[in-house]
Amino acid sequence: MAVDISRFRQVFLDESRENLQAMEQGLLKLEQGGGATAEDINTIFRAAHSIKGGAGTFGFAEIGEVTHLLETLLDQMRSAKREVTSGAVTVLLQSVDVVRGMLDAGEKERANDAQAVAALTEALQHILGSAPAAAAARPVEAPAKPATQGWRIRFAPHAHLLRSGNEPGRIFRELARMGSLKVEADLARLPALPQCEPESVYLSWTLSLEGAATREQVADVFAWVEGDCDLAIEPIAPAAAEPKPAEARTAAPVPAAAETAEAVVDKPAADKPAEKGGKAADKATAERAAESSSIRVSVEKVDSLINLVGELVITEAMLKQISGLLDGAELDPALAEKLLNGIAQLDRNTRDLQDAVMSVRMLPMDFAFSRFPRVVRDLAAKLGKKVRLRTEGEQTELDKGVIEKIVDPLNHLVRNSLDHGLETPEDRRKAGKDETGTITLRAAHQGGNVVIEVADDGRGLSRDKILATAEKRGLPVREDMTDEEVWQFIFMPGFSTADKVTDVSGRGVGMDVVKRNIVELGGQVDIESEVGEGTTITIRLPLTLAILDGMSVRVGDEIFIIPLNFVVESLQPAVKDVKTVTGRGRVVKVRDEYLTLVPMHELYGVGAEVPRPQEAIVVILEAEGRKLAVLVDELVGQQQVVIKSLDSNYRRVHGVSGATILGDGRVALIVDAGALTRTMSKAA
Amino acid sequence: MSMQTHGTHAHAKHGKGEAQAAAGIANEYLTFTLGEEEYGVDILKVQEIRGYDTVTRIPEAPAFIKGVINLRGTIVPVVDMRIKFHLGKVEYNQFTVMIILNIAKRVVGMVVDGVSDVLALNDEAIRPAPEFGSSIDTRYIRGIGTVDQRMLILMDIERLMSSEEMALMDRAVQ
Repeated sequence: MAVDISRFRQVFLDESRENLQAMEQGLLKLEQGGGATAEDINTIFRAAHSIKGGAGTFGFAEIGEVTHLLETLLDQMRSAKREVTSGAVTVLLQSVDVVRGMLDAGEKERANDAQAVAALTEALQHILGSAPAAAAARPVEAPAKPATQGWRIRFAPHAHLLRSGNEPGRIFRELARMGSLKVEADLARLPALPQCEPESVYLSWTLSLEGAATREQVADVFAWVEGDCDLAIEPIAPAAAEPKPAEARTAAPVPAAAETAEAVVDKPAADKPAEKGGKAADKATAERAAESSSIRVSVEKVDSLINLVGELVITEAMLKQISGLLDGAELDPALAEKLLNGIAQLDRNTRDLQDAVMSVRMLPMDFAFSRFPRVVRDLAAKLGKKVRLRTEGEQTELDKGVIEKIVDPLNHLVRNSLDHGLETPEDRRKAGKDETGTITLRAAHQGGNVVIEVADDGRGLSRDKILATAEKRGLPVREDMTDEEVWQFIFMPGFSTADKVTDVSGRGVGMDVVKRNIVELGGQVDIESEVGEGTTITIRLPLTLAILDGMSVRVGDEIFIIPLNFVVESLQPAVKDVKTVTGRGRVVKVRDEYLTLVPMHELYGVGAEVPRPQEAIVVILEAEGRKLAVLVDELVGQQQVVIKSLDSNYRRVHGVSGATILGDGRVALIVDAGALTRTMSKAA
Repeated sequence: MSMQTHGTHAHAKHGKGEAQAAAGIANEYLTFTLGEEEYGVDILKVQEIRGYDTVTRIPEAPAFIKGVINLRGTIVPVVDMRIKFHLGKVEYNQFTVMIILNIAKRVVGMVVDGVSDVLALNDEAIRPAPEFGSSIDTRYIRGIGTVDQRMLILMDIERLMSSEEMALMDRAVQ
């Protein structure tokens, strides 16, 4: 049967990236020392091993070679033949980067960065070439001396083994290389030929391997099928000095032998992992169980699901609205009651369904935070600073789309904190602070928002410096500005108070981009800073990009949605507060502030008559630091709306960020407050 | 931007198989009227026909773009061909019809005076569009078809709808 292997290429790439991330995390933990255990090295080893295996299958020879070296090095570390030095960890971290680059290259079918690969290979070989510093004490799991004559292996694959691309024959060939192998097949489970499925395994085997192979070597051969089979490896000579089978978990956690094997015999075609009942519930097995309880689904599928649920919500709202009209209609009251109950239930179920579906797109903040230990480590080393990174609330969930877009701004903020915020160890000592600075990444839910903080305990922002720079750049500066107003200057394009430009930051490029990116996501940024105490930058983001809290307003016959986070307030102006400027432009006075007043009717070309301001409502919008007052006929209400794109079938329209569907099935446009305030300030 | 008209469209419905087979390379056209004139569009571009809904107006759009409607959750722009071609009486009532087209992976609604029927036309029955000099733009006319003494103007609807003058799409790079 021909299988198109390229289909799985993407899966390999995705999985390898995850494995690399696991390696990176493990390595950083190793470097910190203390808490690192043999299990951590094992995790790193397993990750490298999986990449190597996959690389071979998918024809990434170079990745295979590099990971092979990695594996060798890691193997020596985990068997305590080699000490874990920080130099080695640095090279290992480098190799994570290089392999990641190779994966990217492979995906885009570009050539690998040969130089980097060569440099890494050399570094790895250099370490491997140096005589391993013999570790004093061998751990308990150290490879057993080849005292045994050989191994008896009972190998009972689950029925679905072949479907995961494994081939028992290949395993046997591999074993045969280690010594003389005798294979006996057990045909007990074989059904009659017509019932045979070509993709299922019905056989189990008893293998006798005679030779000097260690248990690890044998178990390694089965590494790819662990979890898909019941495996028991026993020494042939029972008297040999080999610990109990359960000890063999170093390389391949083996489900408890006899018991599970029995279970399979009991229910022949069972392709459920039989280890459920087994006692081998050690950590690794538990992890694997967690893996198998999740599936990989493409984002498009999830999105189409979300779209459908969005439709359902609208349909439901439509039904509810119609049911409100039932009162006047002549209808059997009992029947109407039933119908209303049904609709109420539908309402609840739809909301639950919506929540459930939205949660599929949610990822923990860890997804974004996990890259920072590495960033901070490298950067701190470069800048000669000592930094401790704390993360809190990694489990806070946020829409995948938002998380992906927030990574770059966060990265920028963290680098800024490290470069500008934190002082050098020397300065910190002089200031009577701990030499090691702390950067804290914090995420939490607050109402319908997610709040992410990047805090440092560094020198804080210098009001004077910022004011001086602002003045130099000709920005409007007043003596009596509040701190908040002063801090906002650092979001101006090209603003930098850094004394010297480094390649880390200081070019003044960035903070404006950070702010713009966050505002585009419907979020906002605030700064708090205390001289000598540190700076905290707070980002507030909506939970999801697909739903928005909006205020619906009526303009003529049309309904518009104004995103709530742009609305400052709404009011009914008194006649005396509305003035004209040069007879045409109108302004409205709100608490000693004159704001440009524009009727939405004119902004959006709604052909309805503009009402007199005192009979209408003024909504004050604030976006990008500018305020604008718009006149609408009426406030209709406040509601969550599902955002629909206008340009998927039409094109982008100035002043409109999207559209949504109202309860009655009509389309309402969503106001792009940022574009409106921009236009106004340009026109002014 | 794709200006080519493709004979088949993955999203469109299939025509009547037998009719097509019998007539050799006949294509089927949905015919509609605009004032006194009768037009035809490739049926494979037609997604559905529905009544006219209330539209939501869009700012800065030309007069013939009536606005957008909600078509089962998708936001779909609606073009009134009567305004575009200055044909027929522009009024909206319960008989006003809209042809929903599937063009270049986009969905567009087109308001016409009325939908007549579906006709199969052989290539021999289609004459090239006559030249009118510069007075009339024939770029969007694929040809003139004749069925039982009726003259059918066959539109290159994909070309028309994706043209810049319809202002329905963002220019390729923007």
